[in-house]
Amino acid sequence: MDNWTFGWTLALIGMTGTMLVLWCLSLLILLLKKLFPYQPEQSPSQKG
Amino acid sequence: MESALSSGIQGLLLGITHLEVGHVIMILIASLLLFLGIKKGYEPLLLVPIGFGAILVNIPLAEMMGDDGFLRYFYDAGVRTEVFPLLIFLGIGAMTDFQPLLENPKIILLGAAGQFGIFLTLLLALALGFDKLDAVAVAIIGACDGPTAIYVSSKFAPHLLAAVSVAAYSYMSLVPLIQPPIMRFLTTEKERQIAMAAVRQPVSKTTKILFPIVVTIFASILAPKGAPLIGTVMLGNLMKESGVVDRLKRAAENEIANIVTLLLGLCIGATMAADQFLQAQTLLVLALGFIAISLDTAVGVLFGKLMCLLTGGKINPLIGAAGISAFPMAARVVQAEGQRYNKKNYLLMHAMSANAGGQIGSVIAAAVMLSVLQGMGIVGG
Repeated sequence: MDNWTFGWTLALIGMTGTMLVLWCLSLLILLLKKLFPYQPEQSPSQKG
Repeated sequence: MESALSSGIQGLLLGITHLEVGHVIMILIASLLLFLGIKKGYEPLLLVPIGFGAILVNIPLAEMMGDDGFLRYFYDAGVRTEVFPLLIFLGIGAMTDFQPLLENPKIILLGAAGQFGIFLTLLLALALGFDKLDAVAVAIIGACDGPTAIYVSSKFAPHLLAAVSVAAYSYMSLVPLIQPPIMRFLTTEKERQIAMAAVRQPVSKTTKILFPIVVTIFASILAPKGAPLIGTVMLGNLMKESGVVDRLKRAAENEIANIVTLLLGLCIGATMAADQFLQAQTLLVLALGFIAISLDTAVGVLFGKLMCLLTGGKINPLIGAAGISAFPMAARVVQAEGQRYNKKNYLLMHAMSANAGGQIGSVIAAAVMLSVLQGMGIVGG
């Protein structure tokens, strides 16, 4: 494989791949936040 | 008796007689690194051991990197095996708070755009005649992440390790000087004045604990060659967020990180022997490293502009510059630039989200790169 084919292939797949992986991660974070939403903890004075 | 005296004196003078111009130049360069670290405060934790290591390896006949040299021992044990950068990642994970990113996950995309400099520099390096793996090692300076640069260059181009590491750490410390002119050049004054609303979306502890586990599994399956990088950062973060292994977390961010930083710095310095470092190629690597970080900033800001456009002007494009791995320096630069044009603008939290995204982005970019290289058959499985 010549240098240019190597370079363009790695650059294109690398940039697209990095963007896609991080985009998927952002979706996974949103999913985690939906599944496990933040619930304010009871303050000590309110506890049993 | 006379000949014994003469031999003895000759022995004392051997070091001086073997001193070459290259050694002197390298000792001066090492002294400059020490000056920058000690007097100017630029990345002293690394520049001091690197500078001292460079002095040691350029002492004639000391053979610090010879087969029995004491620096060779640490180099073989920690750099050739890639263990040192990975242990540093463990500490980084234990020190990093991904909360701003978890609160505002879409900003993680800026952390991807901030890595494009790596791939654009790869093309430049190939155009300048670097061979494939050398070009990869040079381009990774654009990750703006010392341990990633060391991990990749020690794996594929150990002869460039010194130049790549020195470039990576030097430019990281120069981010406050490199980024602002690029940010100003690519944005209008009106864009720089955009005030972003505060995002307050508290995140549950369960989400914080699951985040490093999910990232490790997902990203490592997609880019298995990067699993050591992703895994160590995320293990460190899991130790921090779980709250149940405080001793291990403290060890990772203190004792382990400190010891490894010292040894890693010494080893990088030890690769700066005159005959290897004083080459035209080193200057090219330094120049390409500068271009890589500049391109990261430029693409990050341009992506910020795109997000600004798509959100109807709700995103200040300046935060795109924080999508690199220099944490939290790049975020502070964005905050300072934002306030320069709008005193009431507080971009810090948004920039921290982008900066945390940049930290993950640099690791993911390297992982993707390694896996593509494996897929192309350039490196072995």
